[in-house]
Amino acid sequence: MAMTSPISVAGKAAPQALRGPSWDGRFTVLILFLPPALLLFTLFVVLPIGEAAWYSGFNWNGFGRPSNWIGFDNYRFVLETRAFWLALRNNGLIIVVSLAIQLPLALTLALMLAERFRGAVALRMLFFMPYILAEIATGLIFSFVYDGDYGLVASIWRTFGAEPPHLLASTDTAMLAVLIVIVWKYFGFHMMLFIAALQSLDKSLVEAARIDGATRAQALRHVVIPLLYPTIRLSVFFAIVGSLQLFDLVMPLTRGGPADSSNTMVSFLYNNGISRMRVGYGSAIGVILFVICVTFAFTYKRWFMRDE
Amino acid sequence: MSSAETNRVPFDPAVPFKVAFLAVVAVFVLVPLLATVLGGFKSLGELRVNPFGLPSHWEWQNYADILFSGRYWQLLRNSLIISTLTVTLTLITASMAAFTFAHVKFFGSSMLLSYLTLGLLFPAATAVLPLFIKVRDLGLLDTYFGVALPQVAFSLAMSVLLLRRFFKDIPYELLEAALVDGCSYIKFFRYVTLPLSRPILATVGTITFVNSWNAYLLPLVMLNTDALYPWPLGIMVYQGEYSSEWHLILAFITLTILPTIILFLLAQKHIVAGLTAGAVKG
Repeated sequence: MAMTSPISVAGKAAPQALRGPSWDGRFTVLILFLPPALLLFTLFVVLPIGEAAWYSGFNWNGFGRPSNWIGFDNYRFVLETRAFWLALRNNGLIIVVSLAIQLPLALTLALMLAERFRGAVALRMLFFMPYILAEIATGLIFSFVYDGDYGLVASIWRTFGAEPPHLLASTDTAMLAVLIVIVWKYFGFHMMLFIAALQSLDKSLVEAARIDGATRAQALRHVVIPLLYPTIRLSVFFAIVGSLQLFDLVMPLTRGGPADSSNTMVSFLYNNGISRMRVGYGSAIGVILFVICVTFAFTYKRWFMRDE
Repeated sequence: MSSAETNRVPFDPAVPFKVAFLAVVAVFVLVPLLATVLGGFKSLGELRVNPFGLPSHWEWQNYADILFSGRYWQLLRNSLIISTLTVTLTLITASMAAFTFAHVKFFGSSMLLSYLTLGLLFPAATAVLPLFIKVRDLGLLDTYFGVALPQVAFSLAMSVLLLRRFFKDIPYELLEAALVDGCSYIKFFRYVTLPLSRPILATVGTITFVNSWNAYLLPLVMLNTDALYPWPLGIMVYQGEYSSEWHLILAFITLTILPTIILFLLAQKHIVAGLTAGAVKG
């Protein structure tokens, strides 16, 4: 590691005496400027994750010191719970919907709205709006939309003369209802990522393809989309990491119910670990989530994002 | 300008499809939002028979009751305190760290930076139970700081990355010249780096603010007293109390998302900038 002081880089003309104070200055900055961030990060992010691993070995309700060491039993209990596998399956469903519906929708809209025409900017802002709303507010808005007595869906049903369903109260439909809200809330975020990428694209490449006789569709297929690959890979990354950690949206809609049918891993963690203060058990769920997220992130970075 | 551009484009048969497609998506996005705002102006009876249309009689009372109740303002005040604390502490600690990583060469610099950057990958939910115990042991449970400090810690990774990249673009020669003239690093940071970095500070500040303003899980775990609840917790309690009086709940939702929407309209430039700047690095 190069340890050149800035003064010596500045040139031979720099007076010898200045070298000392300049190093002192750096030292002062080091001991004053770094510790607050590093301390906060270590104390409130890194240590708790380590502690989660430690606590997961205990049968502990969070009071006193953990003493009842049970090894890996908490992990066994989690993996033996049917509701955990349901939650894991739901996270999988969220990922599938994000990748198969949300991202293509976002990309299509981005291709339309990256062009300049009257109303394009207004539409971008409109589509981005749900992303800015809090998950809690979004969830509550849609629990009204889905409400079997007063909701929008119910009134559509009634106009066809049918008895309105209570979508959020049925194990068959609750998760589907949640998935629709997820698309509503997050497609605008990915659309914005794509628009930003499209706007920084080198347009001469597309023009060159068009001059060489490529149709619009061909230019899109063979020039624009390949140029977007880095952003698409990033968008897929965000979608998956976000899907794995989804929580706030589920709480106002279903709280993970009915009968655990719409739990995600985090709402499962909340309902079992935090509500009932089963610290060891909850920590085991947290560690499983951690392993899934980090394994995914590193694998994905290695396989798909090597060049970035 | 833009209309002149569109005028020059010859008729494209795909255009009607585009317009139809955009209209469908716009309806999909708008209807729930509009129904919420308008629903707050209806009586419960009307909401049931007429959930889509304009209210036949505008019930301003729904909104007035909430605005004069004090409860609404208390929630906003709590949210504002927590978010301001979070943003202030994040900007101070992150900018100092980012400055060090950008301009001071020292042994282990890149290692420490990767250590911080790892924070981008960690799911907050994993840490939340131990965090609760730590915050309790520090005596910060049921305080604004008990929520703000973990939020700062979790926003540091992204903030430091964004700020460092920007600080690095401030010409090194400027720092050199200042040092030769007897200026200290700290003075340079205070009087040159920070003033030059207003755009990126605004971006990082806005993103941190929005995240903190909307946050649910951490406040849920750290706060037990209703009087301290930020609005996402407060609105869940309100919904629980008025469970099927949807006209009141909708008015309450509208009033709580209003500040968010105003903030978005004021700061959309910074929000979108943060989004795309953060996206480059992931």
